[in-house]
Amino acid sequence: MTAPTLAIDDLRLGFRGWAGTVEVLHGISLHIAKGERVALVGESGSGKSVTARLVLGLVQELRGARYSGRMAFEGRDLGALSRREREALRGDRISMIFQDPTSSLNPVYTIGTLFHEVLLRGTPGIGTAEARERAVAALADVAIADPGRVLSSYAFQLSGGMNQRVLIAMALANNPALLLADEPGTALDVTVQAQTLTLMQQLVARHGTSMLFISHNLGVVREFADRVYVIYKGRIVEQGPTEALFDNPLHPYTRALMAAVPRITGEGIPEIDEEQTGFYAPLVAHPGHSEAELRP
Amino acid sequence: MSPVVRLLIKRIATSFIVLVGVSLLIFTIARVIPGDPARIALGPNASAEAVEALRDKLHLNDAFVVQYGYFVADLARGDLGQSLYSNRPVTADIAAYLPATLELVFFAGTTMILIGVPLGMLAARYRDRPLDHGIRLFTMLGVSAPDFVWAVILMLIFAYFLPIFPIAGRISDSFAVPPVTGFLTIDSLIAGDFAAFGNVLWHLALPAFALSFAGIGQSARLTRANMVETYRKPFIEMALAFGFPQGRIARRFAFKPSMIPSLTVIGLDLASMLGNAFLVEQIFAWPGLSRYGVAVILRKDLNAIVGTVLIISAMFLIVNIVVDLLVALINPRIRLSQRSS
Ligand SMILES: Nc1ncnc2c1ncn2[C@@H]1O[C@H](COP(=O)(O)OP(=O)(O)OP(=O)(O)O)[C@@H](O)[C@H]1O
Ligand SMILES: [Mg+2]
Repeated sequence: MTAPTLAIDDLRLGFRGWAGTVEVLHGISLHIAKGERVALVGESGSGKSVTARLVLGLVQELRGARYSGRMAFEGRDLGALSRREREALRGDRISMIFQDPTSSLNPVYTIGTLFHEVLLRGTPGIGTAEARERAVAALADVAIADPGRVLSSYAFQLSGGMNQRVLIAMALANNPALLLADEPGTALDVTVQAQTLTLMQQLVARHGTSMLFISHNLGVVREFADRVYVIYKGRIVEQGPTEALFDNPLHPYTRALMAAVPRITGEGIPEIDEEQTGFYAPLVAHPGHSEAELRP
Repeated sequence: MSPVVRLLIKRIATSFIVLVGVSLLIFTIARVIPGDPARIALGPNASAEAVEALRDKLHLNDAFVVQYGYFVADLARGDLGQSLYSNRPVTADIAAYLPATLELVFFAGTTMILIGVPLGMLAARYRDRPLDHGIRLFTMLGVSAPDFVWAVILMLIFAYFLPIFPIAGRISDSFAVPPVTGFLTIDSLIAGDFAAFGNVLWHLALPAFALSFAGIGQSARLTRANMVETYRKPFIEMALAFGFPQGRIARRFAFKPSMIPSLTVIGLDLASMLGNAFLVEQIFAWPGLSRYGVAVILRKDLNAIVGTVLIISAMFLIVNIVVDLLVALINPRIRLSQRSS
């Protein structure tokens, strides 16, 4: 069996602050097989973004962050890497897409210049002409009709949807093995968001890229993920293949999430009574890909 | 017409209006302050008739509007009138003294930018770490006292107790540099006299540093604040997520956006050096425009006062125009939006 693209085991994280340490993750385990699209769903503050940032190695740079647990990327122990080696993975083997495309692009450089920078991460020393050629091809891949105009524009001259396409193209430009998408395009309006997500899904499928898809929109998750992890207050409470989980949600929090779907905006998830509803019951794992089966 | 050219024209037009306002203001003030210029020029022993004759010659007995009319008519011909203090045309005096001041301000400004901005970048990149605290302490020192205090302190330490640098002047008497531009650094290079060039720099070091010290603090603090602000932006997080090394993120991705708000203020600091140079020049016996300015104010030399103030205002406005152009060049929003307006 080949190593999964990402395997996280018992990840814990706390932030040391004035009032002692705040525990944010209480032992997260998840894995993403090669080419698999996995969703991480939970309400605001449950620890989705910090999980992705730990994988990228960004949280490790923060002072006051204390973490433990194992993270392996394509079989390599991420915890054993030096800062430099972690930097080398980012943007090349692992890349990320953020919430607000327009503010994610540097306002004083053209898209062309930024694209060149991104390509330099994967192909050191790549020249302007070759970079432009590859950028044009990459933008054509995300269905941008006039890549030339986009490359010579600044982000503020383009629409949000266009910038989102640019970001998707950049994130995939160096052919990463893993794409982390942290609520991609939630800043966009719903139709544009749906269009760009579909596009992203097609590209990811074509490139065989594994994806960790972070969202609190269950409708989107159902459409785009092969498998789902539900995270609640720093713990995975339920996981399983998308169909199984949606057909038969077992954990009370997952049920609460689904009940809230029509009015879900991120904040509208009800608090559940942790004592009464069996929150501390063991993790609910639908048959298929449990973490236990994965361990040797 | 390119948007930058249009911006330039707009700025020059407004600057011109400002200059007219300044000329009116200083023209009035110079005439309102007490004392009879003719009497001061001729001395207490001159006869009343001689004083009256000079007043007539200077049009001082005419109505204010008529006086301003004479002034504008002369100015249109590039004539700022005679100085009663030096008995030369004011323009000749300014041409003689201005280069010394500009040279001092140029070196002080360059020092401010070359030291202050990188210090601010370093502090921002290592924010809240020891290096940042050290830099902040140093910059606090700079802004905590006015330039002339630093001039006195530097002079005492590095020219008096430790005679490393000269106490006064622009160049040692043993050197003779044929005047071309009035800038001794340039003139000595034109003459191919490198020993003189070194001597000029040696004389410039202390006054230029004293004049720039507060500016170094200001620009470092400003650069730090704006860069720390930029570091919170999503596009920096994206650059981090793409694995760019910290040094490259600081120099390439965080620096340029941060300079847009910094540059205007740094430009104002630079321009205000023209004013601050007055005291520093006094302390280092620098033969610049400020010594001339102080002398003519004390003598109530009307033409020279108005001429000096006008020329300093013009320099101030030129610096501001240059800074506005630079901002437009690095900020694509301004550069591109001028087209639609
Ligand atoms: N640098 C930090 N210092 C201290 N606490 C932090 C830091 N970063 C995140 N946290 C805390 O960790 C918790 C999880 O944050 P995270 O950003 O992962 O939430 P999230 O699930 O992504 O929420 P959202 O849906 O709002 O993006 C939050 O309670 C947050 O306050
Ligand atoms: Mg988040």
